[in-house]
Amino acid sequence: MKNAIYNKALGGKSGTIGLAVLAVILLAVFPLAMDTFRLNLVGKYLSLAFVAVGLVLCWGYGGILSLGQGMFWGLGGYCLAAFLKLEAARNIAAEAGSDQINALTTVGLPDFMDWNQITELPWFWYPFKSLPLTLILVFAVPTILAYIIGVAMFKRRVSGVYFAIITQALCWTMELLFVTRQGWTGGINGITDLRTVWGWDIQDPGNQRVLYFVTSVLLLGCVVVGRLILGSKLGKLLVALRDTEDRVRFSGYDVANFKTFIFCVAAAMSALGGAMYVLNVGFMSPKLVTIEPSIYMVIFCAVGGRMSLLGAVYGTLAVSFGRTYFSESFPDLWLFLMGGVFILVTMVFPLGLAGLVDRLIGLGRRRPSPTAGARTRKPPVAGPVTSPPG
Amino acid sequence: MSLPTDFALAVEDLTVSFDGFKAVDSVSLYVDPGELRVVIGPNGAGKTTLLDLICGKTRPSGGSIQFRNRELVGMAEQKIVRSGVGRKFQTPSVYPKLSVFENLEVSVPKGRGVWGSLFFSCNGAVRERILEIARDIFLEDELETQAELLSHGQKQWLEIGMLLIADPELILLDEPVAGMSVNEREQTAELLKRIARGRSVVVIEHDMNFVREIADKVTVMHQGKVLAEGSMDKVENDPKVIEVYLGH
Repeated sequence: MKNAIYNKALGGKSGTIGLAVLAVILLAVFPLAMDTFRLNLVGKYLSLAFVAVGLVLCWGYGGILSLGQGMFWGLGGYCLAAFLKLEAARNIAAEAGSDQINALTTVGLPDFMDWNQITELPWFWYPFKSLPLTLILVFAVPTILAYIIGVAMFKRRVSGVYFAIITQALCWTMELLFVTRQGWTGGINGITDLRTVWGWDIQDPGNQRVLYFVTSVLLLGCVVVGRLILGSKLGKLLVALRDTEDRVRFSGYDVANFKTFIFCVAAAMSALGGAMYVLNVGFMSPKLVTIEPSIYMVIFCAVGGRMSLLGAVYGTLAVSFGRTYFSESFPDLWLFLMGGVFILVTMVFPLGLAGLVDRLIGLGRRRPSPTAGARTRKPPVAGPVTSPPG
Repeated sequence: MSLPTDFALAVEDLTVSFDGFKAVDSVSLYVDPGELRVVIGPNGAGKTTLLDLICGKTRPSGGSIQFRNRELVGMAEQKIVRSGVGRKFQTPSVYPKLSVFENLEVSVPKGRGVWGSLFFSCNGAVRERILEIARDIFLEDELETQAELLSHGQKQWLEIGMLLIADPELILLDEPVAGMSVNEREQTAELLKRIARGRSVVVIEHDMNFVREIADKVTVMHQGKVLAEGSMDKVENDPKVIEVYLGH
C-alpha cells in the first residue's frame, strides 16, 4: 500500500521531486515574496489551473479535446456564487432592519431579482440556501451535465473535431442562457457583491491569504488524484484508446464509458476551480464561461505540456502572468504573441514546457535513457505515458 | 429459431453488401470445437470481411452467425469479445506507446469496467499469467520494450498474446505470418498448433506451406462465395481451386 502511494500518487522519485518543487513554490515562495494583492492574483490564476489539470487527463491522455470547459468551471462558480449571494442578501436585510429605504429590496432576495420584478425566490435557488447542499451541487451539476454530454456524444462515436465544435457551441449556449435570464442569474453583470461565506469575510486581506493556501492545497490535491487515475489500469487504457480506439474495443472494453468517465473527472475538477475563483475574486460573470476563456484554458494546458499534470499548473501561471503584464503594456501585440505561442507549441513543442524541461534534464544527465532511480517496472524507453505523469 | 448444435461456430447464409457489391455472398461455414480452420482465396474474395462480420466490426445484411449457440449478429463488438471471441487484425494492432508488459496487462480480462479498471491491481497471479503468455509468444526478454519498437513479427506475436491472455474460445487470425521471416513462420506455426488445443481457430493465410502445416480443414473463398472445402490435399487438387487461385 505504501509502495502504491509512493509510485502511483507521488509518481516515484522524479514525480515526488516535481510535486515537492511545485508545493514549495506555491505554499512558501509565493506567499513570502508577494503582497496580498499579488497573492490574490495568483490565487485567481490557480483557480484556472484546475481546468488545465483536468484537460491533461481528458485531452492529453484521453484524446478528448474540449473547447468548452468554461461551462463546467462556470457552473461550479455560479453554484457557489448563488450561495454567497443569498447570504449577502440576508446580511443586507439584517443590516437594514426596519429602515424603509433599504427595505425597497425584497427581504432575502438578490438585487438583480428585484430589478427584474421577481418577488419570490425561484425554486431552483432554494438548494443554495444551505452550504452543504451547495457544495454537493458545485460538483454534481457540472458532472451530471458532462455525463449527459458524454453519453450523448461518445455512445454515438462522435469525437475529435466534431466533439470540440459541439463543446464550443454548448458553452456559448450557456453564456446566452445566463445573459438573457437576468432575473435568474444576474444576466450580463453576473453575480456580484459577494462578501461572506458562512460569516467568513472573503474580502478581508488576512482571509484572502488563507483562501490562497486553500486553493493551492486543493490544486495539489487534484494533481495527486490525476496521478492516481493515470497510474491505474484505467490510465493506460486511456492512452490506448487515444491512439487505437478500435483495438481497445476489440479487447472487450466499452470505450464510450471510459471517455465519459474521464470527461466527467475533468468537469468536476474544473467546477472546483470555478468555485475557488468565486471565493478568491468575489464574483462570477457569464463572460467568463464562454468560448474565449475556454480556449485560454486549453492554451494553458498546451503551453504547460498536455501530458504533464504539473506542467498544466506552470503553463497556466506563465500565460496568465503574461496576459496581465503584457496585454496592459502592449494590448495589440498581445494577441499576436498569443497566436505565435500557440503555433510554436503545436509545431515545435507539442509537449509544452514540461517537454522542454524533460529534454533539458535529459541533456544534463547525458544518459541514454532519462530514468529516475526508483522506477520499478516502468520501461526505460522514454515515452509520454511511460514516465510518471506530470 | 435454429436448433442447438455441437458446432463452435456456425455461419449460415451470411451476406453483406456494400453499395450493391456483395463482398460476402450467402456464405455458410461450420467449425468444430478444437478445429483449426484455414480460409484461403485470392485477394478480394471476402476473407477479411468474413472475419469482420464474425467479430462485429461490420454488420451483415442477411444470415446468421452462431457462436456456441449464441447469435452474434447485432451484438456490440466488446460484448462479442467478452463472450469468448478474439480477433487479430491484418496489420499488427498493438498499443504503440505502452510496453509489452503493459500491452498484455491491459488485455487481461479482469477489470473491464470503468471502476474495475480504476481499482485493478496487478497482483502476483496476474503477473504470473502475463509472464506465462510472454513465454508462449517468445517475448519474455522484451517485456519492458515499448511496443512500437518491436519488429513486425514480434508485434504479430504480441497481438496474439494479447488475444490469448483473455482466454477466448474462438480465435480469428488475419494473416498472422505476413511479413515474417522463415524462422519466424516456423515458430508461429508451432505457436498456433499449441494454442489450437482446446480452442477453435480460424486463420486467413496466403502462404501455402504454412497452411499445409497447420490446417485441419481448409475453406477456399472466391468472389464472396465458398468455392471448395475439405482437407488440404483435397482442396489442392480441386480443379476449380487450381484455376482460380493456386495457378497452373
